[in-house]
Amino acid sequence: MASIPLADTEPRRRFRSDVLHDWVTTVDHKKLGILYIASGIVFFVIGGLEATAMRIQLAVPENDFVSPEVFNRLFTMHGTTMVFLVGMPIITGFGNYLIPLMIGARDMAFPRLNAWGFWMFLFGGLLLYFSYLGSTGLYGAGSAPDVGWFAYTPLAGKAFSRGNATDYWILGIVVSGFGSLSGAVNMIATALTMRCEGMSLGRMPLFVWMMVIVSFMILVALPPLTAAQVMLLFDRFLGAHFFDTQAGGDAVLWQHFFWFFGHPEVYILMIPGFAYASEIIPVFSRKVIFGYSVMVGATVAIGFVSLSVWAHHMFAVGMGRGLNIWFATATMIVGIPTGMKLFNWLATMYGGRIRFRVPMLFCTAFLAQFLVAGLTGIMLAAVPFDWQVTDSYFVVAHFHFVLIGGLVCTIFGAIYYWFPKMSGRMLDERLGRWHFWLFVIGFNVTFLTMHGQGLLGMPRRIYTYPADRGWEIWNLVTSLGVVLQIAGVLFFVYAVIKALRSGEPAGDDPWDAWTLEWSTSSPPPDYNFDEAPVVRSRRPLWDLKHPDDPDWKYE
Amino acid sequence: MTGATPRILVAVIAAIAAFGAGAARAAEKVVRTPSMFDPASTPAEAIDSYTMLVVAICAAIFLVVGGLLAFAVVRFRARPGDEGREPPQIYGSNQIELAWTVIPVLIVVILALVTARTILDLQKDERPEGWLAITATGHQWWWEFHYPTLGITTANELHIPVGQATFLDLESQDVIHSFWVPQLSGKTDVVPNRTNHLWMEAREPGLYVGQCAEFCGTQHAYMLLRVFVDTKEDFERWVASQQEQAAVAAAVGPGREIFENTACVNCHTVRGTGARGRFGPDLTHLMSRTTIGAGVAPNDRASLVEWVTRPDHLKPGVLMPAMQLEPARIELLVDYLVSLR
Amino acid sequence: MTAPIDGQGNATAWSRGEVGTLLLILAETSFFAIFIVGYLFYIGKSLSGPYPADVLELPVVATICLLSSSVTVVVAVRALEADRRGAFLAGIFATVLLGGGFLAATALEWRKLIVDDGLMISTNLFGTTFYSLVGFHAAHVTVGLLLLALVGVLGVLGFVRKEHATRVDLLSWYWHFVDVVWIAVFTVVYVVGV
Repeated sequence: MASIPLADTEPRRRFRSDVLHDWVTTVDHKKLGILYIASGIVFFVIGGLEATAMRIQLAVPENDFVSPEVFNRLFTMHGTTMVFLVGMPIITGFGNYLIPLMIGARDMAFPRLNAWGFWMFLFGGLLLYFSYLGSTGLYGAGSAPDVGWFAYTPLAGKAFSRGNATDYWILGIVVSGFGSLSGAVNMIATALTMRCEGMSLGRMPLFVWMMVIVSFMILVALPPLTAAQVMLLFDRFLGAHFFDTQAGGDAVLWQHFFWFFGHPEVYILMIPGFAYASEIIPVFSRKVIFGYSVMVGATVAIGFVSLSVWAHHMFAVGMGRGLNIWFATATMIVGIPTGMKLFNWLATMYGGRIRFRVPMLFCTAFLAQFLVAGLTGIMLAAVPFDWQVTDSYFVVAHFHFVLIGGLVCTIFGAIYYWFPKMSGRMLDERLGRWHFWLFVIGFNVTFLTMHGQGLLGMPRRIYTYPADRGWEIWNLVTSLGVVLQIAGVLFFVYAVIKALRSGEPAGDDPWDAWTLEWSTSSPPPDYNFDEAPVVRSRRPLWDLKHPDDPDWKYE
Repeated sequence: MTGATPRILVAVIAAIAAFGAGAARAAEKVVRTPSMFDPASTPAEAIDSYTMLVVAICAAIFLVVGGLLAFAVVRFRARPGDEGREPPQIYGSNQIELAWTVIPVLIVVILALVTARTILDLQKDERPEGWLAITATGHQWWWEFHYPTLGITTANELHIPVGQATFLDLESQDVIHSFWVPQLSGKTDVVPNRTNHLWMEAREPGLYVGQCAEFCGTQHAYMLLRVFVDTKEDFERWVASQQEQAAVAAAVGPGREIFENTACVNCHTVRGTGARGRFGPDLTHLMSRTTIGAGVAPNDRASLVEWVTRPDHLKPGVLMPAMQLEPARIELLVDYLVSLR
Repeated sequence: MTAPIDGQGNATAWSRGEVGTLLLILAETSFFAIFIVGYLFYIGKSLSGPYPADVLELPVVATICLLSSSVTVVVAVRALEADRRGAFLAGIFATVLLGGGFLAATALEWRKLIVDDGLMISTNLFGTTFYSLVGFHAAHVTVGLLLLALVGVLGVLGFVRKEHATRVDLLSWYWHFVDVVWIAVFTVVYVVGV
């Protein structure tokens, strides 16, 4: 890394192959961050098209747009893609890009590990999609994996999933998981050892704090998934019996292992959303975040409690009364720190002068939608109600409210907020508003109604349904909402293309913000800061802009 | 891929018409929508009223917090002239944090207590006098029902008497399934190597539909359940007829011969004959059921002909193979099947 | 790669190498925890033999080898810090030998189990969980051994000097971790599970 010249003053001829070479060989945290985010967005479009195909199939009863086999592959690939190839890389990408800038460092702690992690993630994702071509294997059976994104055994075992489709699912996730793990190691090491002068832990931006906590959760929760997948691989290739019910193996053990990963995973995906909101809401409300230390504490609490709630995905498997009550209570307890965060954001807005630019619009929608998601989450923790709606469309609606209404909306907000920093160009405000309204209305049309199907008895993962069940109108409306969401995303894509070609120059600090990334140029130079910054409070740029009333007097 | 767009158009028109027709249309429907808010059995009713409490609490929270959010958005939006002036900076308040921690804690305590009580009520071990035992076995992709005390085995369509506590032992032959008839009870998974339990006590006679709720492979969508809640007399009549051996008329002898000399007998049982297969549904009283293929088609002669000729056509991925018989022999075979009343 | 290089004028208790290694160990711990839970869960659930009590013997030699290798690796690191090259090389190669002894003992045990007792990974739940857990641990020992041998060879060639002591120290942390995992495996497999 030392070979990169500090000041790139000499004009060079830039061939396309040079640019490509730059991006492929880069160890720069900013380029890797953009690579992570861009690949995540590409996979988001793919996963979205898979969802669209499913909604066409389900728009009317007894449809034959796709066959049952194709449908089962669609929802498996959709879920796997959205969690492992969209959520994970985008959160890692923002962490990569922003953590060094926010703590006044010149790069991540391990730049080469960082590049390795990105390419592992990307090839893991490609491996998963290669299954469409390659998984026919020796057995001539199967195409893409079709066992659902949580691949319950024994269905995912050799006896019921012949061919190699499930093996691609296992290997694709294991390989891309190395990307997440190395990213997590990197983010913690960076935040703990690379902070600029004066940046004590208590002065780190909330974004950095939350990414550190998420990284710890990744390190604790992701290896168990890898371990369980290795066991499944041993079952499938070596004739082991971890999940083989014929040899005394337990069918539910996989579920415990999977959800011991899977539930923290939900928070691993959602806490970065909180992180973006915790930066965006104060800036656009023009107020310091309310209760900084409470926000940190609440996130730590979520991190710990989320490790003891996994079996709330399994209330119907026939656990005893004691376990059911334990996991119900623990799940409701997670709601407390989560609620505190919501209140702190509200309190930040209170008394502010809120500028509703596009990033803030998305964060406001996030607050409302995440409120719904949190409350349906509490309802799902209410075991007897869960017995009715688990594995129904109610659950599908709930977690899409978390992951789209919560995470995707904050990601869109984050993109509108930090795109000027990354590219030096503003995204068009008017196009952004079209994107926002179409997407949010479409999202609510689709997923608010989806609660209805669940309450009316429609299970998830069915490729079609009889015409006499009374679900027809609900499904039709759900499918129609997709059109609006696609239109919204098209506006977003157009806004990005337009900004890259002819966007208005952003300047260093277009939002009048307070954290260190806005003190350097847009896009930042290779080494981020000309001279290492020195900070005295949590909002160094506020101190700079308000020398008469700086933060460090109050913290 | 063909036909999707016209189907959607038709559905849009139908949906618009449905809004107008409304109640009239609902009345003529054969199947009641399996809504959890339309319970017809003791546990489902208990869940229903418990849910109302949970929904009320959550709705109240939604109104309060959502109202605060709406108020903040309207009241504190930046107005012209605000540029350049920053509002007062407030860094936090321990009293306020404490307040909005304590209130959720109280709500959680209440919810957890109510939940624990309802779980203890519903997940009970003791069984009332005169309970009926049924073993339900999940297969890819159909249900087998066995009444151990009555000596009856049937498939996909369960008959239970009204007002009598019924306890199901749930077992699986292959992968994990889940038994769910929303109006009668919450769902319980059907797990290989383990026996789960579910109970219901139906309040009113009628047909209640449900289906497998845990993804179990290709035809998870057509692993439907029909539960007929019969009056006491109807149930006794049904039991008596099911307990009889298959009545095989001489007229259908050729069909029976075909049945017993092909692979049919490897998988199907017809009590009173040589057919003793266990892999597929018991066909002794096939025609007493209203559907075939776990609900994929009505149980009539035309469907049966198609089913035997090309099961994969009606239900793609089904494990029953096509029998490769010439059409005339299929007709004879179906003659035999429709005689199994 | 170690502490002073960050040059941000920030006094940190940990270097990034130390933090990175500890986090790797955290992730590995989480990985092994699942295999250990799996092993404990399936104790006594095999439908057919051979059962642990019939075929397992306490791996005394292997355990002595591995535990004492943790001491020799510390000796090596201390020697390197004090710039005593001979003691450093002796410590490293003693560690490699002891680690190799552990692997050899494991290999002999597996040979007995496979050839004499007919226990394969596919035989029963005991075989499944035993080979997975012990095998994953042995794989980690192998990785550590290769790295230590590499350090040893580089040391003989004169490339490992005092200023590399912190890096060799990080490798010794990993080696201690492998050791601690063995204590857990030993307890679960040879004490609790028999």
